[in-house]
Amino acid sequence: MSEQLIVPVMADVVAQGKQPEYLFWVGSAGSFDDRAKKITRAFVKILNKANVDFAVLGIEESSSGDAAKRAGNEFLFQMQAVTNIEVLNAYEVKKIVTCCPHSYNTLKNEYPELGGKYEVFHHTQFIQQLISAGKIKVANNTFKGKKVTFHDPCYLGRANGVYEAPRDLLNFLGVNTTEMKRHKSTSLCCGAGGAQMFKDAEPGDKEINVLRTEDALATQPEIIATGCPFCNTMLTDGVKVKEQEANVQVLDVAELIAASL
Amino acid sequence: MQYIDNILFVVLLIGAGWFFAKNVKTLIRNIKLGQDVDRTDNTSERWKNMVKIALGQGKMTRRPVSGLLHIVVYVGFIIINIEVLEIIIDGVFGTHRVFQPLLGNGIYGFLIGVFEVFAFMVLVAVIVFWIRRNVIKIKRFWKDEMKGWPKADANWILYFEMVLMSLFLIMNATDVHFQALNHGNVISQFIAPLFSGLSEATQHLIETSAWWLHIIGIFIFLNYLYYSKHLHILLAFPNTFFANLKPKGQFTNDANVTKEVMLMMDPDADPYAMPEEGADEVLAKFGASDVTDLNWVQLLNAYTCTECGRCTSSCPANLTGKKLSPRKIMMDTRDRLEEVGKNMDANNGVFNDDGKNLFDWITKEEIWACTSCNACVEECPVNIDPLSIITEMRRYLVMEESAAPQELNNMMQNVENNGAPWPYNQMDRLNWVKE
Repeated sequence: MSEQLIVPVMADVVAQGKQPEYLFWVGSAGSFDDRAKKITRAFVKILNKANVDFAVLGIEESSSGDAAKRAGNEFLFQMQAVTNIEVLNAYEVKKIVTCCPHSYNTLKNEYPELGGKYEVFHHTQFIQQLISAGKIKVANNTFKGKKVTFHDPCYLGRANGVYEAPRDLLNFLGVNTTEMKRHKSTSLCCGAGGAQMFKDAEPGDKEINVLRTEDALATQPEIIATGCPFCNTMLTDGVKVKEQEANVQVLDVAELIAASL
Repeated sequence: MQYIDNILFVVLLIGAGWFFAKNVKTLIRNIKLGQDVDRTDNTSERWKNMVKIALGQGKMTRRPVSGLLHIVVYVGFIIINIEVLEIIIDGVFGTHRVFQPLLGNGIYGFLIGVFEVFAFMVLVAVIVFWIRRNVIKIKRFWKDEMKGWPKADANWILYFEMVLMSLFLIMNATDVHFQALNHGNVISQFIAPLFSGLSEATQHLIETSAWWLHIIGIFIFLNYLYYSKHLHILLAFPNTFFANLKPKGQFTNDANVTKEVMLMMDPDADPYAMPEEGADEVLAKFGASDVTDLNWVQLLNAYTCTECGRCTSSCPANLTGKKLSPRKIMMDTRDRLEEVGKNMDANNGVFNDDGKNLFDWITKEEIWACTSCNACVEECPVNIDPLSIITEMRRYLVMEESAAPQELNNMMQNVENNGAPWPYNQMDRLNWVKE
């Protein structure tokens, strides 16, 4: 994807006396991780296509503090949260959309007590609204009939009860979805949550991401879809371990939608 | 001397009640050793949860086989308790089947018939449970933490139930008049022929013995609860009532930390200010290193856990061979709490520092293996939350001991220095736009 994206930055937009309707919270993974950056770009393509009035914080964004909090560093989390809330409140942000279930969870659930009260959407919920409102349409549906399985990110599914939005998007694309044996509330973690993304696993007999990838591969998919940059990394690695990268792609639901516009 | 049976019965009844009340008192005292947490909000939703999850067994059938079998035992247990009421009245007043003339043969026979059917179904279900544990050896019953007492405890409970149900049926089968009446002996009529060769006096002796053993068994079982994983039959109710109602992903914001952070962020705060007169000068402790740092709901959770292991069998860390087992977190918390309680009992109600804490039971390796995926919380049939205990212990390790794994320290340092868990410059946050 090398097309020109329109990415308004909050400071500039506000300087022009405008107030964007949505803040797109990119998140640290979405900003820096090479794989996650593609998801960020895909989502912005959708936002542009649907003419959504949004802006990003850019260099004023900082880690949500999620990883620090799950690791037990409540100090660091609250410092991050309070600092971010100051920025968000200064811009009078009301609605936030993010591609990361971890940012989604902490902004939606843990920021309000610290003074940050916003309406927060995961990008799958947001895209679903755009579709219901008729703001985006499928033009070249290259995925129709493809075999897809969806991996529920823990912080979207169990943590916040969002199971249907990503599945509705897959239905919208007319793909052939097969559920894994463990799905929705019984879904198995990809292995990255709880700050595990940033450390080696404790001694065991298997890596969690490999076990989860085996769950996915059992459905014989062409695409493993998910809605979290960390799950994406873990499952992509898992597919490599199982030497299936020639046959199976790991894609974010937003990437599937963006490629079909 | 004709009242000796009644007196003996009343003594046993009072003894069982007194001992049970004593244990309940200790139980409540121990739970109250936990920190305060407000769970009085949203009472209507709390009642609904209790009715749906505890009374209605709403989460049991997530595993259909064990779930349905459990519902049989549960419903049987409640229904057969109506019969226990009759037994107690008979025992105290020396009557025999006191409800029979009151209700009439028709209704009484119907009730006993229902009890017999349930007793039989419970017996079958309990035998299947025993086979699942001991013959099929379902994995979750054979994890490391289930060795020794927990395994014996589980089997004892099954034997108890088998014996109690058998005694109830034998009691009815050897009640010659009840069999002659042929009302409600739905199951016992098939057992009666086994005894029909015996004289009426011998059958009566067996009936009386079965009656006594049945009620004594119930008294013993009642008092076995406190020492067993079986407390869940009582505590499932308060446990589901007081359980967390917020989204599972929402971790608590430590209020002690908030106080410190707000002070740091406040430009007008005087860092050298003396604490106000009468202010609480006890230094706040962050996270939990012992059971008394946990809140009382977490301690209630520990007593409620019946060690079914649904949590552990869905834990990604455990499924991939790591040491972490959410069930063990709960069992360890209870064992340590019991130890603290006994320490207090031995020292006139005051805890005498024993140089130990919860980390003597739960290792760091277990604590750091958690992915915080909430599978254990989701699976628990009575809404126990092992993840919240793991989180509190992580908080202690990080904020009090600075004892996080090195890689996590690197991650946290990155967040502190450049606002991302990786060592990238915050000024590069928009580079993705141009790529």
